[in-house]
Amino acid sequence: MGVAVRLSGVSKMFGSFAANNNISLSVEEGTIHALVGENGAGKSTLTKIIYGMHQPTSGEVVILGKSLRLSSPREAIKAGIGMVHQHFMLVPELSVAENIILGHEQTGLFRSLPLKKANALILKDAETYRLAVDPDALVANLSIGEQQRVEILKLLFRHASIMIFDEPTAVLTPSETERLFATLRSLCRKGKTVILITHKLDEVLAVADMVSVMRKGEIVGTVPASSVTKPELARMMVGRNVLLRVTNPPASPGETMLNIKRLRFCTPQGEERLHDLTLTVRAGEIYGIAGVEGNGQSELLQALWGLAPEGSLISGEVTLKGESIIGKKPAKIALMGISHTPENRLRHGVILEYTIAENLLFGRHREAAFHQGIGFNSHSIKSYTAAMIADFAIRCSSPEHQPLSTLSGGNQQKVVLARELNRPGISLLILAQPSRGVDIGSIEIIHNKIIEARKSGMAILLLSSELEEIIALSTRIGCLYKGSIRHEFGQEEVALKREAEHEFEKEIGLHIT
Amino acid sequence: MHAKNLRILVPLFSLLSALAVSSLIIALAGRDPLMIFQKMVHATLGTPYGVGQVIFRMTTLVLVGLAVAIPFQLKLFNIGAEGQLLMGAFAAALTGAALPASLPSLVAISLCTLSAMAAGACWALLAGVLKVRFGVNEVIATIMLNFIAQGITGYLLTWHFAIPSTVHTARITDNAIIPTFDSVTGWFTNSPANLSTLLTIAVALLFWVLLYSSRFGYEMRAAGLQPDAARYGGINAGMHTIVAMSLGGAAAGLGAANIVLGYKHSYESGMAAGIGFTGIAVALLAGAHPLWILLSAFFFGCLEYGGLTVNAWIPKDIFMIIEALTILLVISFSAFGKRAR
Ligand SMILES: Nc1ncnc2c1ncn2[C@@H]1O[C@H](COP(=O)(O)OP(=O)(O)OP(=O)(O)O)[C@@H](O)[C@H]1O
Ligand SMILES: [Mg+2]
Repeated sequence: MGVAVRLSGVSKMFGSFAANNNISLSVEEGTIHALVGENGAGKSTLTKIIYGMHQPTSGEVVILGKSLRLSSPREAIKAGIGMVHQHFMLVPELSVAENIILGHEQTGLFRSLPLKKANALILKDAETYRLAVDPDALVANLSIGEQQRVEILKLLFRHASIMIFDEPTAVLTPSETERLFATLRSLCRKGKTVILITHKLDEVLAVADMVSVMRKGEIVGTVPASSVTKPELARMMVGRNVLLRVTNPPASPGETMLNIKRLRFCTPQGEERLHDLTLTVRAGEIYGIAGVEGNGQSELLQALWGLAPEGSLISGEVTLKGESIIGKKPAKIALMGISHTPENRLRHGVILEYTIAENLLFGRHREAAFHQGIGFNSHSIKSYTAAMIADFAIRCSSPEHQPLSTLSGGNQQKVVLARELNRPGISLLILAQPSRGVDIGSIEIIHNKIIEARKSGMAILLLSSELEEIIALSTRIGCLYKGSIRHEFGQEEVALKREAEHEFEKEIGLHIT
Repeated sequence: MHAKNLRILVPLFSLLSALAVSSLIIALAGRDPLMIFQKMVHATLGTPYGVGQVIFRMTTLVLVGLAVAIPFQLKLFNIGAEGQLLMGAFAAALTGAALPASLPSLVAISLCTLSAMAAGACWALLAGVLKVRFGVNEVIATIMLNFIAQGITGYLLTWHFAIPSTVHTARITDNAIIPTFDSVTGWFTNSPANLSTLLTIAVALLFWVLLYSSRFGYEMRAAGLQPDAARYGGINAGMHTIVAMSLGGAAAGLGAANIVLGYKHSYESGMAAGIGFTGIAVALLAGAHPLWILLSAFFFGCLEYGGLTVNAWIPKDIFMIIEALTILLVISFSAFGKRAR
């Protein structure tokens, strides 16, 4: 087999900052090539160069033997390159088939779409690569995993032979991940080339043929995935030994802080999403909620943060230290001593156009410590910003001037975490997917901070689709299924079972599916 | 990196293309564009009187520009500056006429100015409340409010307040008149430019500070940029909508003070025709930035007054086309610039 992608001496400068520095890499045809590295190492930038979204400052890109200077994704698609972005680019109001042929109609403007022909092609691809979806279904009604399959079908429909995936598994459930990997393997068997960015090293070892490690804009090594172990990879990435699991000393919880009693949540459309949900979180403990996405997590978070859509019906009790939360607005809830890292941080947690410093302030801009006159106190903000950047290893060049949008995905996530974990005077911390999109070294930092917060007496409610994370951090674990806690593991039980992690994961798995 | 260049290039480009199109139209109308432009430049910037005229027009335009720009931070399109200005003008004229002649000048001027701002603010507030309470699109609401303002002022003028056989209200008391620069310093001889220009510049600066250095502006811009995130951050977008509209309306009302208290000294029918639309162009050309608005209002002030001065060579209708086309070009280019970014 030949070489699908060859980069020689590729650099990409943003101003005076080298996001990619003299990178040489070749990706064999028909293989899965993983790209790993710290947040801000330059993985997304590199793949965007291959996909024509960025133009390299210097260096050569050779695709299937031809030296190309792609100036747009359109040209990349013509050259046989496709990319599945983390945020899908689908039109929810259209059907699967319509989405797939969109922009590739091959018909006159006013002729009807060749949907029949397309449907046949789509079904054939779907069968070959285990990508089952109904071509006539509306995209709006599909799960995240199904939407991703549509994205892949879109690439197949455009005859892409090189496919780039930027953190495709960050939003998938474990079984959907398994399924995606089966698809990736069958793509390779048919001679397609896959470039895969991920932070989950287990996945790399499970699915990739080769793995390249990036650090600070450079490739520090390319090795066959079968020849490395997880700790070795982690060390290559971070340049130090990484503690892969946080030490979680026994907790001694205090009084009940958050008390949820028979909480019921009906959407404006009349669907019941939470059904008699009951749980308590005590001071100094972490209550982990395990569950497959879509079992009521989002609705629980909305109810806890005063953001249920207008027209939803909420009944039951939610109190913090005896004071009811239901019916209050977010600003008021924050004042009660609650902090919240939203599930979808990029949509709800940040203002992309604002600078990093301004984003570290967002939602906390009412705190008097940051005030001066009618504006902000630049001194206190400066020192706070510097502290957060150092504490959470946020990679940036000039926090007071750089818009957040120029940070790498993981570093944007860290900005939100830094801000929310450090709110003063909080008694309840709500963490949704705290390690999503974050590199392995930063996970260590974040997990340690969470344990520290617990030790300082905060009550913590943790929602995560990563069972590993739930098990590593939680004091007690509740299994969320169809809107209620189906099973709860007590403190001793969790501490005991944590030792046999794999067994425990399987056991939890039974309660959430 | 090139976003910054675009911010400068787009307005520049739209002005240049407007110039080219205008030249073409003037040539088609059978005149030498160069000669016309020369005459315009001379008449506007060549004499103290001309400069004064431009400054007078610019002052109103800055304020209607701000009336559009402030709500624009929340992605709200205030098409209603004209109605807000009309209501403000009427309020200023009535207050000015009703005040006793014995009031100290500063008090009289302040009262009239405040009533103009209050009237403008209330008129805009209506659109804000309709938007927040009932989800009525602010474009439609402000357009309708323009018609209603025209109707109300027209009716009140003709049936109640006009001096018989004229189309204006009673003259305001002398104490309520904002003095012209001419009368105070002798600048801009005979022109209507008056001290409200200074107030206007102060207002633009104030809005600049409010938007970019205050916590209030931080919240307001956030609510405009990312409404979903703003809700999470506990920002009350509805409150900001109402305040932004009111502030905009107050600015438009202040624009009325410049005309009524500084120049006409009474309310006259047909005073503000089309000014709201010029305000949109002023705001868009400036990227809705309060300081750039000073510059873009100056440009439109030149265009507006310059158009009048070449009346002898170019019919008014042709100049109306030119002005409207310029506005259209500015708006199209700034929309295009947004997309390119
Ligand atoms: N438009 C831009 N302007 C300035 N700097 C940028 C821009 N885009 C990316 N960068 C910088 O380039 C570096 C590499 O970013 P990139 O998104 O490639 O990282 P990444 O490896 O994908 O990280 P992550 O794992 O967090 O997604 C980062 O430090 C980022 O701040
Ligand atoms: Mg990335």
